[in-house]
Amino acid sequence: MATKPETIESMVNQEYKWGFITDIEADTVPAGLSEDVIELISTKKGEPRFMLEWRLNAYRHWLDLEQSSAEPTWANIHYPAIDYQSIVYYSAPKSDKDRPKSLDEIDPELLRTYEKLGIPLRERELLSGVAVDAVFDSVSVATTFREKLGELGIIFCSFSEAVREHPDLVRKYLGSVVPYTDNFFAALNAAVFTDGSFVYIPKGVRCPMELSTYFRINAKNTGQFERTLIIADEGSYVSYLEGCTAPMRDENQLHAAVVELIAHDNATIKYSTVQNWYPGDKEGKGGIYNFVTKRGKCLGKNSKISWTQVETGSAITWKYPSCILQGDNSVGEFYSVALTNNYQQADTGTKMIHIGKNTRSTIISKGISAGRGQNTYRGMVKILKGAEGARNYSQCDSLLLGDKCGAHTFPYLEVKNSTAQVEHEATTSKIGEDQIFYFRQRGLSAEDAVSMIVNGFCKQVFRELPMEFAVEAQKLLGVSLEGSVG
Amino acid sequence: MLEIKNLHASVDDKEILRGIDLTVNAGEVHAIMGPNGSGKSTLAHVLAGREGYTITDGQVLYEGNDLLALPPEERAREGVFLAFQYPVEIPGVSNMYFLRAALNTIRKHRGLDEIDAMDFLKMVREKIKLLEMDETLMNRPVNEGFSGGEKKRNEMFQMAVLEPKLAILDETDSGLDIDALRTVSEGINRLRGPERAIILVTHYQRLLNYVVPDFVHVLADGRIVRSGGKELAHELEEKGYAWLEESGEPAASGSVR
Repeated sequence: MATKPETIESMVNQEYKWGFITDIEADTVPAGLSEDVIELISTKKGEPRFMLEWRLNAYRHWLDLEQSSAEPTWANIHYPAIDYQSIVYYSAPKSDKDRPKSLDEIDPELLRTYEKLGIPLRERELLSGVAVDAVFDSVSVATTFREKLGELGIIFCSFSEAVREHPDLVRKYLGSVVPYTDNFFAALNAAVFTDGSFVYIPKGVRCPMELSTYFRINAKNTGQFERTLIIADEGSYVSYLEGCTAPMRDENQLHAAVVELIAHDNATIKYSTVQNWYPGDKEGKGGIYNFVTKRGKCLGKNSKISWTQVETGSAITWKYPSCILQGDNSVGEFYSVALTNNYQQADTGTKMIHIGKNTRSTIISKGISAGRGQNTYRGMVKILKGAEGARNYSQCDSLLLGDKCGAHTFPYLEVKNSTAQVEHEATTSKIGEDQIFYFRQRGLSAEDAVSMIVNGFCKQVFRELPMEFAVEAQKLLGVSLEGSVG
Repeated sequence: MLEIKNLHASVDDKEILRGIDLTVNAGEVHAIMGPNGSGKSTLAHVLAGREGYTITDGQVLYEGNDLLALPPEERAREGVFLAFQYPVEIPGVSNMYFLRAALNTIRKHRGLDEIDAMDFLKMVREKIKLLEMDETLMNRPVNEGFSGGEKKRNEMFQMAVLEPKLAILDETDSGLDIDALRTVSEGINRLRGPERAIILVTHYQRLLNYVVPDFVHVLADGRIVRSGGKELAHELEEKGYAWLEESGEPAASGSVR
């Protein structure tokens, strides 16, 4: 964030003006989940009937799953059972009274990280949840930005707003890629999600800027059940950035987001994530459980969906951004860097489902394990019968620092068409003492050594990120690995 | 420049260096010879600060200061350079990027401005030509997939760019064919100068035909058993290390080849 131009910075620091937060009365529903709670959420958000029904169906499905203990256990992650009745599923944004008064009340470790990342003071306050006096730049850059997109017919707004303003689009596409029956956490999300982002790019429009949650400042309050829906109509293009390199302070331990992407004929969606939620302390106490379902559907011919992710945060990451390659000649890509340090656990990867003819997919996964971190790549390449001429290339590389961490790779291949070509490569390497000594003998510190080796290792993924994001991601890896050597 | 006094060092309680005394002045080239297992490489590593060695006695002064108190990167920034016998491969980090980062760290330490990419490129081109190296090696990851000879030349190239005050060359001649030996030797000779000291650790005399040392020391069983001028190297070549034993010096351990 630090490297962004000032205009963006001031935009981030602005008070949100378009209402969906302010029209919610400040109160909280009791902990626990029931049909009443869901109705309450839906009513408070002023949702049309179809949304409530959808939520209730999702809830009933989830309840079945919960009662039959169908919470997924196949992932290579370990955590104590979650008490879903102890979670508060709806709460209005915190009032300033409850927030820390100044940075003096914030964990010094967190502040030190902000310092290292070079985040401006004002943003540090914002990120750590300090009650900020929100009288900044009066020129509304955000308004200008929104107007410009509006002229092109692009819709970029909060999910709540989309439900109210564009119910037909929401109704048509919601759950069309990730139905609420998809998995335990997707069902939970569908029942209780409070907000998220909505994007629609009309036919033939190339979105002239990277869409980022930075521009939607209310995103910082979307809470633990976030939902994103992006639709790229025929021949359109959009690049969407999610997340932030700065570690955000958050009271909610469980995060179960859902992201759905739909690409029509000749459309391209590029989705980049930098995830740096609180990973817990050095002893593995605390930290976010990040259980996310992300999936894109290449519905039209020649469409393309490209996922790029840099995952350095969260105590536990469970995430498989996937592509359903339905349209002929469609392309799916997955570029990932996942880093686990201290006691972090990550089980992440992708699914590439080839349905259409001549569909192509590329998977580049880079896992870095340090400390006692456990890093698992889990990927599936499925080539269906009709996927004549489908091709996949997968590369999974693991890098280990130290001898207490772990790297695991589970690639699944399912090929039902004999004309398909599937390639898989995997490597595991370790940063050795002799390599670090070589750097030091040339005047570079051990930390420089690790950071240069790790960045070299991740190069293939970083070059898929938009430039500014790439620079930040490099810095972020360095900071995340601090203390893992020497 | 360098003063080694009664240096004792061990690995896993096994004493490898058993009282080394050596003084190296600026402008001098010293060759350290000796049979396998005599402690030559250990001496080079201890001077560079590699972990895994315990200094049990003695001291090393570098420009009057306690060298052994400094971490390896500080020694490097102060001008100590080790050309590795077996340079390690660093996948993913380009030679060019690595070297520029190293040079800039050292320059910063000396209070100089960082060198910009264009000037660096120009300088690299000059030095690389002198070492008859393939320019494409610069854009490849450090030492990755380099032949033995290319690795050694790369060490000499790094030395030429970093311009150390004290260069320690650990068996730089091993594994080189005669043409490579000649170009590498020329590289070393170009670096000779009144402000710089060079220590050549070598098993064979042949390097010393090209890089003529001011002093030759013979290391055996962790001690310097004989010191002399360049003639000593010839004598050794002729008579073998066994000759030292016959002449009543402390026995050199290990086989003589």
